[in-house]
Amino acid sequence: MLTTESLAKIDREVAKYPAAQKQSAVMGALRIAQQEKSWLSTDLIEFVANYLDIPPIAAYEVATFYNMYDLKPVGKFKITVCTNLPCALGGGVAAADYLKEKLNIGFGETTADGKFTLVEGECMGACGDAPVLLVNNHSMCSFMSKEAIDAKLAELDKLGN
Amino acid sequence: MAVFEKGVIFEGVDTADSSCWSLAAYQARGGYTALKKLIEAQTPQDEVIAEIKNSSLRGRGGAGFPTGLKWSFMPRSFPGDKYIVCNSDEGEPGTFKDRDIMWFNPHALIEGMIIAAYAMGVKRGYNYIHGEIFEVYERFETALDEARAAGLLGERILGSDFSFDLFAHHGYGAYICGEETALLESLEGKKGQPRFKPPFPASFGLYGKPTTINNTESFASVPFIIKDGASKFLEAGKPNNGGTKLFSISGHVNRPGNYEIPLGTPFATLLEMAGGMKDGKKLKAVIPGGSSAPILPGDVMMDLTMDYDAISKAGSMLGSGAVIVMNEDVCMVKALERLAYFYHEESCGQCTPCREGTGWLYRVIHRIENGLGRPDDLDLLTSVGNNMAGKTICALADAAVFPVRSFTKHFRSEFEYHIENKKCLVDHKWF
Repeated sequence: MLTTESLAKIDREVAKYPAAQKQSAVMGALRIAQQEKSWLSTDLIEFVANYLDIPPIAAYEVATFYNMYDLKPVGKFKITVCTNLPCALGGGVAAADYLKEKLNIGFGETTADGKFTLVEGECMGACGDAPVLLVNNHSMCSFMSKEAIDAKLAELDKLGN
Repeated sequence: MAVFEKGVIFEGVDTADSSCWSLAAYQARGGYTALKKLIEAQTPQDEVIAEIKNSSLRGRGGAGFPTGLKWSFMPRSFPGDKYIVCNSDEGEPGTFKDRDIMWFNPHALIEGMIIAAYAMGVKRGYNYIHGEIFEVYERFETALDEARAAGLLGERILGSDFSFDLFAHHGYGAYICGEETALLESLEGKKGQPRFKPPFPASFGLYGKPTTINNTESFASVPFIIKDGASKFLEAGKPNNGGTKLFSISGHVNRPGNYEIPLGTPFATLLEMAGGMKDGKKLKAVIPGGSSAPILPGDVMMDLTMDYDAISKAGSMLGSGAVIVMNEDVCMVKALERLAYFYHEESCGQCTPCREGTGWLYRVIHRIENGLGRPDDLDLLTSVGNNMAGKTICALADAAVFPVRSFTKHFRSEFEYHIENKKCLVDHKWF
């Protein structure tokens, strides 16, 4: 279900923990699985659980508890924007409004071409860099003015073709 | 990412140099000499802990608990596995200091954790890193590889009998995991729901073994204390508030970012360092220690010094050192609504008063903000808050209640105006 490269990455996660504590690797393993498949289907979660020798429900509990795991398909680029108080004071809400307008979607929605999903995020621990966006969970973009958002969307749009 | 003023952790770090985080750069500025000194002199563990106690280093994650005392709780004669864990799950709105420590100076944290492991006789440690800063997590893993390759981690460190290994673990979007027992649950591969205390982690921690958990900034301060001495660290702050501290400034200032300054520095000085108020607007309010800390009016803040004791005397908390600055254009109802939503969203759902109470707080504040407030809503907020604070397993409920109490205390007229007139007292602008 996953490539040998992804499985090797999961093995490296497992090696970080004592031999009897493979469950500790579940967060990393689910993240690796999601990176490859873009979202976590129930089958994929079960596969990860079996790979780690833990009950599927244990992996499912983790996948549903932490909000960066996607349990439904998302666009090619998931853009998370922080609108928490410190970010709002630095333009986070304005950035979110601008993204909604540019992409013509609301929070939790995906553009018709399947390229972009917009998500409202909570504190990313980067308040001094507001407005802050996270692309596909891992790539943080700081000081996202309207111009910076325009440039970022154009760059991603090209990558998505 | 920006670090402006420098003290203990960032002294000598050229953040403009893209390789300032490497092992070579860290060693060039005296890194790992503290560890070498301990190992070569075979310094007794008690002496290391005494030195940390003498420095008056207090936990930098928010609680301000004396670090040396925490280390002394670890049962050193315990025969089985023991762990140290670093809490880098930095998600308290307003806080962004640990990210810069790990991005620009990860080896200070690694060396601090190795010294902690030496002092407490621990063989394995984990650094739990906030999932949203994944690039920082990847850099930290690279720094660990460098340390391992140089014989600073792993078996027989620097040829001694002391062995210790350290690994990075990432979160994936749950504020609650910054609570230390939720963090342990998460590290065990479970939902991050806090554990009932006691037993405390020092006796029943990771995998049920004795565990000491410290914040990133606390661990990263340790090499300085060992290298330059507790008294030099203490002198950098004020009595009972040792050292410099990183303050993360966000909101309406000209230069948001991290400032590492002596504890006891006047807030007015810090505000000036951060370039003063943006657009020359008037200071209205400050949250001095992260979103969970009670808000204080601007004029009160202007008379305070930035240290644990002074802020606490004024009725708030220094917390993690996250200073959120708001100008005269901010509607306090709207600001509180935003925070209330956050706590409602992040409650782990384990305890009923928190799961239900955070929803009540948010919905009541939301209706006040939207012109649907009722005359008794402020009393209702007080009543709901009283049924939450102190009635749950962890402090998230308290953290949700503190802002509600302090906002409605210091800016009561704005809330009353909103309820009566169905609109803001101020012409609200976020920025």
